[in-house]
Amino acid sequence: MTRLTARHAGRLATACTLALAALSAQAATTLTIAALNNPDMVELKKLSPAFEKQNPDIKLNWVVLEENVLRQRVTTDIATNSGKFDVMMIGTYEAPLWAKKGWLNPMDNLAPEYDLNDVVKTARDGLSYGGKLYALPFYVESSMTFYRKDLFAKLGLTMPEKPTYTQIADYAKVLKEKGGVYGICLRGKAGWGENMAYLTTLVNANGGRWFDENWKATIDSPEWKKSVNFYVDLLKKYGPPGASTNGFNENLTLFASGKCGMWIDATVAAGMLFNPKESQVADKVGFAQAPTGVTAKGSSWLWSWALAVPKSSKQDDAAKKFVQWATSKDYIKLVAKDLGWTSVPPGTRISTYNQPDYIVAAPFAKFVLNAIQSANPNDATLKKAPYSGIQFVGIPEFQSFGTVVGQAISGALAGNMTVDAALKAAQATANRAVIQGGYQK
Amino acid sequence: MKRTASRQLQYVLTTALAWSLALLIFFPILWMMLTAFKTESQAYQLSLFFTPTLESFHEVFSRSDYMSFAANSIAISGGVTVLSLLVAIPAAYSMAFFPTSKTQKILLWMMSTKMMPSVGVLLPVYLLWKSIGLLDTVSGLIIIYTLINLPIAVWMTYTYFCEVPKEILEASRIDGASTWQEVCYLLLPMSLPGLASTALLLLILSWNEAFWSINLTSANAAPLTVFIASYSSPEGLFWAKLSAASLLAVAPIMVLGWLTQKQLVRGLTFGAVK
Repeated sequence: MTRLTARHAGRLATACTLALAALSAQAATTLTIAALNNPDMVELKKLSPAFEKQNPDIKLNWVVLEENVLRQRVTTDIATNSGKFDVMMIGTYEAPLWAKKGWLNPMDNLAPEYDLNDVVKTARDGLSYGGKLYALPFYVESSMTFYRKDLFAKLGLTMPEKPTYTQIADYAKVLKEKGGVYGICLRGKAGWGENMAYLTTLVNANGGRWFDENWKATIDSPEWKKSVNFYVDLLKKYGPPGASTNGFNENLTLFASGKCGMWIDATVAAGMLFNPKESQVADKVGFAQAPTGVTAKGSSWLWSWALAVPKSSKQDDAAKKFVQWATSKDYIKLVAKDLGWTSVPPGTRISTYNQPDYIVAAPFAKFVLNAIQSANPNDATLKKAPYSGIQFVGIPEFQSFGTVVGQAISGALAGNMTVDAALKAAQATANRAVIQGGYQK
Repeated sequence: MKRTASRQLQYVLTTALAWSLALLIFFPILWMMLTAFKTESQAYQLSLFFTPTLESFHEVFSRSDYMSFAANSIAISGGVTVLSLLVAIPAAYSMAFFPTSKTQKILLWMMSTKMMPSVGVLLPVYLLWKSIGLLDTVSGLIIIYTLINLPIAVWMTYTYFCEVPKEILEASRIDGASTWQEVCYLLLPMSLPGLASTALLLLILSWNEAFWSINLTSANAAPLTVFIASYSSPEGLFWAKLSAASLLAVAPIMVLGWLTQKQLVRGLTFGAVK
């Protein structure tokens, strides 16, 4: 019995020593980062040991998740003030809303070498609330038109630098009838960030908006009717079959395998379409600005994935240091060295676009920067609107009613209901949401 | 003669039906296995013919630390199985051999906890776990999974215990066996097939649970379900990588299920025919 106790005591002592050793090794700050699974973030994770080498007292822990899961996960964490994450990847939609609730640390007192003025202004504006910046953009995207140069040349068509929707419809017809491809591919999958992101830019281009100055929904307006009828018609006549289930990835695959003549979507697709490893049409892709209608206002969207530090983080200084590193000029150069200039995170810094190497490697660079710089989330509609955001309405309720409206329009595209019925249902949904939210007086 | 022929035909038909049903059920897993060995652009084509590549597996291994996710999964599902059985066996014992007028109601009431969607209690549980420091810990997940799976564990062990003749236990008691001896030397060995299948089911259920593991963990206690969730992406091609990650995650439990299928089927049909 005594021997047993002695042996136990010995083991206990060893265990204690080991635990103490582990504790002292952990004395360094550990940052937990919630990140989205996309090619740019995967690269950041891969290169992050460089940051740990520069800052030996900081250790990085990664939690990589899919967009919807990430959103749910970080929202739960930040709303309950749990502090499980020190750095969060959030979008242009969340940043101002969360800043308003006081959930984020402002991004002030940045190091002078960070050169904040080099960061594209529209991107900064989209991440600010009350004149203060709350997140630093990691990559920024807008939308533009991709088309098949070879087919256009063969069919005697010319894509202008700034096409209109009337021209797009004409081209789609010719491409489908004589080009042997689907004339146009567009998002059809329901979701506020899926079909509604694209459709909202189409509605903006036709002079429409989600709500009037008094927060009355305007989905039953002629502008919406025209836009949605045009969209459904275009896709039914010249689009791929089953368009109502196509999101970004499905369209990317269709276009990259040579089945689409035109595609209007995120500028981030450019890097993927120009990459010969992923795309069979890498040498045949042309690009132009997103099409316009009666106005160019709000016809291309603005979205950025940005890094923010929640108020609940106990290591906010170290976290801020990491966020500055990940969005710095040096980091962009690091990616260029590792993967080549085509793959650097686009849209964040003017200096990236002054790099001759980048302009040569990424022929789409100028268009992307133009699209991003001309997108103004605070003035995105022809008639005045009470909300900010180009392809979304910057209120917390939008995630929910935006998706319901998206489902109605996806249903109309699939032929389950008429466009009029879908718009009527959408109008009621949007109105109910803003009345319940107390926006409409 | 005619009768044997028709019987043979019937046999062939039922076999064919059983095989096609089995294939139909297994098809998603088969497709996932095939996709795991394709390249990203092949993954979007519906072809069965392609040159297999290990590219996605390389990518998955270089991107995340599979072993630490797997270690968490093993610790969690092992912990859940042991803890659930430790609670379920005494509960089922008392309900099976010393029933009261309320026993049936209690059993039904226990099931009622499974009738509410998990997301309904996400926030209360999250806040509770936060305040007692269980967020992102293996023990936190073991506790929540045990609570979720306990009704099933109790129901199953209860059913198996009911099959054991009371008289044998009574005889042991007359011979002077204590409750402890009665349970350890008689009851447990006699209902072993049933208990083994309960344990296996608990293991599989907690291995595959995704809702709570994604919501209650961040970096330290994340099991394989979180590992899978990190390979889906709204922008960029991901099917091949996701399939490779899923295959890696389900492989251990699939092998286990396959090795123990006899035991599992025996346990699940135990007492089906009296």
